[in-house]
Amino acid sequence: MLSRKASCDSHGQDSSYFLGWQEYEKNPYHTVHNPTGIIQMGLAENQLSFDLIESWLRRNPDIVGLKRDGESAFRELALFQDYHGLPVFKNELVDFMAKIRGNRIIFASNKLVLTAGATPANETLMFCLAEPGEAFLLPTPYYPGFDRDLKWRTGVEIVPIHCSSSNGFRITSSALERAYQQAQKLNLNVKGVLVTNPSNPLGITMNRAELNHLIDFAIDKNIHIVSDEIYSGTVFDSPKFVSIMELAMERELYNADIWNRIHIVYSLSKDLGVPGFRVGMIYSNNETVVDTATKMSSFGLVSSQTQFLLASILSDKKFTEKYMKETQRRLKKRREMLVSGLRNAGIQCLISNAGLFCWVDMRHLLTSDTFEAEKELWKRIVCEVGLNISAGSSCHCSEPGWFRICFANMSQETLQVAMQRMKAFTDSSNSAVSQQQFVNNTRARSLTKWVFQLSSYESEPHR
Amino acid sequence: MGLGSKSQLLSKIATNDKHGENSPYFDGWKAYDKDPFHPTKNPQGIIQMGLAENQLCFDLVEEWIRNNPKASICTPEGVNQFRDVAIFQDYHGLPEFRNAVARFMSKIRGGRVTFDPDRILMSGGATGANELIMFCLADPGDAFLVPTPYYPAFNRDLSWRTGIQIIPFHTDSSNNFKITREALEAAYNKAQQENINVKGLIITNPSNPLGCTVDTETLKSLVSFINEKSIHLVCDEIYSATVFSSPSFVSVSEVIQEMECNRDLIHIVYSLSKDMGFPGFRVGIVYSYNDGVVSCGRKMSSFGLVSSQTQHLLAAMLSDEKFMGKYLAESSRRLGKRFNIFTEGVEKVGITCLPSNAGLFCWMNLRSLLKEKTFEGEMQLWRVIINDVKLNVSPGSSFHCVEPGWFRVCFANMDEETVEIALKRIREFVGKETEKPVKVKRWQRNLRLSFSSRRFDETVMSPHGIMSPHSPIPHSPLVKAT
Repeated sequence: MLSRKASCDSHGQDSSYFLGWQEYEKNPYHTVHNPTGIIQMGLAENQLSFDLIESWLRRNPDIVGLKRDGESAFRELALFQDYHGLPVFKNELVDFMAKIRGNRIIFASNKLVLTAGATPANETLMFCLAEPGEAFLLPTPYYPGFDRDLKWRTGVEIVPIHCSSSNGFRITSSALERAYQQAQKLNLNVKGVLVTNPSNPLGITMNRAELNHLIDFAIDKNIHIVSDEIYSGTVFDSPKFVSIMELAMERELYNADIWNRIHIVYSLSKDLGVPGFRVGMIYSNNETVVDTATKMSSFGLVSSQTQFLLASILSDKKFTEKYMKETQRRLKKRREMLVSGLRNAGIQCLISNAGLFCWVDMRHLLTSDTFEAEKELWKRIVCEVGLNISAGSSCHCSEPGWFRICFANMSQETLQVAMQRMKAFTDSSNSAVSQQQFVNNTRARSLTKWVFQLSSYESEPHR
Repeated sequence: MGLGSKSQLLSKIATNDKHGENSPYFDGWKAYDKDPFHPTKNPQGIIQMGLAENQLCFDLVEEWIRNNPKASICTPEGVNQFRDVAIFQDYHGLPEFRNAVARFMSKIRGGRVTFDPDRILMSGGATGANELIMFCLADPGDAFLVPTPYYPAFNRDLSWRTGIQIIPFHTDSSNNFKITREALEAAYNKAQQENINVKGLIITNPSNPLGCTVDTETLKSLVSFINEKSIHLVCDEIYSATVFSSPSFVSVSEVIQEMECNRDLIHIVYSLSKDMGFPGFRVGIVYSYNDGVVSCGRKMSSFGLVSSQTQHLLAAMLSDEKFMGKYLAESSRRLGKRFNIFTEGVEKVGITCLPSNAGLFCWMNLRSLLKEKTFEGEMQLWRVIINDVKLNVSPGSSFHCVEPGWFRVCFANMDEETVEIALKRIREFVGKETEKPVKVKRWQRNLRLSFSSRRFDETVMSPHGIMSPHSPIPHSPLVKAT
C-alpha cells in the first residue's frame, strides 16, 4: 500500500535513544511543579544566551514589521523564494563562518547553499554524492539522527569507523582503512567519509593529525569528505577549531582533485540556539554540487522572514562578536559544572573543548562489560535517578558504558539538582544498598514492559 | 563492486537533467531577467506574465501585521516569546499553527468539511509536500498518473529524487480540457500491460495551468476509479482559495464524505504560497487520511519543517477568523476583477481564453496566430511574444499540453497599470497581425534569442546569472544588497 520507505523503520526512531524521550515527556522535571520529575539531559540545545538576542531585538525596532530603510519589506520577503537565498543573508553567513574560523579562511557566498536545517543539508549531500546502495564511512560514536538523515530516503549505507577510548576516540589511519576493508567485504562502494567536527557526541575538535589522516585517506581512495561543522561556534576551550577546509588550504590542495571533494555542512541551530528557525547550509568548492544542491534546496528552503531576521542580527558585527565570546564563556562554565559535579560522583568525562554535552565514562558502574548492562544502567538513570541521558549504544559506540550528557539546555539550578541526584545514585550504589530500598518497583516493572516493545513513538531525534 | 560507478564522482541524480531546469520553459525567464520591465526605469522591458504569484492583497496583510505586533517575535510586544519559538523544532509543528491551518482549510471549503490538526504535516512548500508524499506512497520505478497539461515542475518534484515515473494522460480542448474516465483508464491499462506498477493519480484542483476547478462529477469519478484499482489519489489544492467565480471549489475532502471510499488512499497537498501570496515563507502542508502516511510523513517532514518564526506569525494570522473571512472575500473579489479586466481586454482583439473560475492566470488560446499548427509553430510564436511583444508567457508545451497554441498568462503578479500596458502590447501585436498577415521575415530579423528546443546549453545555467524558476522581484532592495 505504501512505499517501502514508509513501512520500514530505517528512520531509526524506534531506538532506545527516543524511548528515553518518551519517559521524559510523561514525567518532565519542573523546579516548582514537578521537582522529582525527569531532567532532560538528552537534548543538545544551546539555551544559554537568549537574553543577549532578546535585548538586541529590543534595541533594534526596525525589525518590527520587517522594515528596511524605513520601508516595509513584508511584501518583498513574502514573495522572495529564490533558491539562491537572500544575498545579504548569505554574505553575513560567510562572514560569520569565517569569523568562527578566526578569519583564517575566506568563504564565498556563491558556494553556499541554504537548506531548512542541517538535516536536509546532510541528506542533500548524500543525494548528490552517492547512489542508493553506496556507502559513507562514519567514525563512531556518531549522532543517531544520521541513520535517518543519510540513509533513509537516499538508500545510502553507513559503515562505521570504529574509534576507541584507548586513544580518546580519535580517528586513526588504521581505523579508516579497516572500515574501508569492511565495506569491501560487504560489497559496498565507498563514496566518502562524513565526520562531525567538533564531534557529537564526543565534544572534541578533530586535531591536525586526524584531519591529515582523513585528507590522505580521501585522496588515496578518491572519495569525498563531508565535514559537519554544526558545533564549530561552540568551541569554548583550546585547542582552537581547525576546519578541514583550513587544513586543505594549508596543504595547498586548492588545485588538487580533493579540493572538489570537500564539503562542509553548517547550521545556526547550535551556535545561535535557533533550531526552530531551520537554518542550515552546505558549502562546497565543487560547482556541480553547489548547482545541484541549490536546485534540491527547493524541497526545503529557509523562510525568507527568517533569513531577513538573522541577516539583520548577524550584520551587527559588534554584537555577534560579543555574543559568540559570551556564549562560549557560558558554555565553558556550564561544562565545568557538569564535569566537577560528575567527578564528585566518581564519574569521569572525556576531556572536551566544544559542544553542548560531555561524553561520560560510566563503565565502572556497569555490572558487566556488555551493552545489556549499559541498557540496564541507562534505564536506572532514566527512571531511578530521573535523568534522561543518551546511551552510547544509540550513538553506535563500540564500547559499552559511555553516555552523552547535555548541559546547555537547562538552568544552572536544574543542573545542580541533576548533579546532586547523580551523587546520591553513585553513593548508594557504592554503599551496596540493595535495589529494593532504592528503586520504585512499579516504575521499574512498567519500564521493562515498554522498553522491550519496538514502539513507533513519534519524537524526532535531536542532536 | 561497481568500478564503473566508482569513477563517477557524483551521483546520477546530481548529473542528470531530471531536475528539468534546462528545458526551454526557462528561456523566457532568462530573457526577462536580462530585460525586466519597470514602469519608469525600463518601460520597454519584458513584462513578467509567467509567474503565478498573488500580489493583490498585501495591503490587507500588512495592515494586520501592524495591528498585531505580538505575532512577530521581533517586536517589543512579541519578543518575550523569542526563546520558546526559537527552540521549537518539534516536527509535529506548533499546535496553534496546525489548528489554525486546519480551520483555515475548512473555511476555504465553506465549513463543509473539518480537518483534523493531527493529520497536518509540514513541508518545505508544496514543492517539498509533493516530493514527500511520493516518498511515502511509491518506490523507485513505480508510477503516478498525471493529467496534462500540468505544472512543469512536477517532473522535478515528483520524480527527480524519488525515482518515480510520471505517466501523463491527456486532456484537450474538445471538451474544455476536462479529465475523462476514458483517458485515465486507457493510460492505466497501458501501464499495466507494460508491467509498470501504478501507485496513484495526482491532480491539481483548481488546475494549473487551466485555472478551472474540477467539477464534482469528475471528482467522484476519479475517486471511484482509484478505489476500484486500489491506488492513491493525491489532490494538490494549492489554488483552493483563488476561486473567484462559480462554480465554487469542491475539494476531494468533501466528495469522500458522500461516497464509499477507502480513505487510506486519499491525500491532499496544500500551501499558503498562492492563496495568501506567501511563497517566500515556505509553508507546505500534507494532509493525509492514511495513518501510516501521517506517521511516516511526519518523520520525513524533518527534511523541510516550516520555520517556527513563520509558524508563530501565521498561527496568529490564520486564527484571526474575522480577518481571514474578510481576506478571503476581498482576495476573491480582486482576483475576479483582475481576471475580467484581462480577459475582456484580450477579447477585444479576438483572443479567447478557456472559461475559468480560479487561479492566478488564464489559459489563452492563440492557435489562430500560429504559422503552423505544430509545436515548432508554438515555439516560434512564443519567441515572438517574448522578443517583440515583450511579454514573458508560458507556452503550453512546457505544461505537456498535446495541442499546440495554448499559453498560460499570469495576471495577479502586477499592478493595474502594468496590466493595461500588457493589454496594449497584445492589442498592438494582434492588430499588426490582422492588418498585415505576412510577417515572417520581420520576426526572424527581430529574433534576439534563437535556440532549438533540443539543445541544452549547460554553460548558461550558472548559479550567478540564472534566477531560479521562482524568479524574485528584480528590483527588491533586499536583492540589491550585494
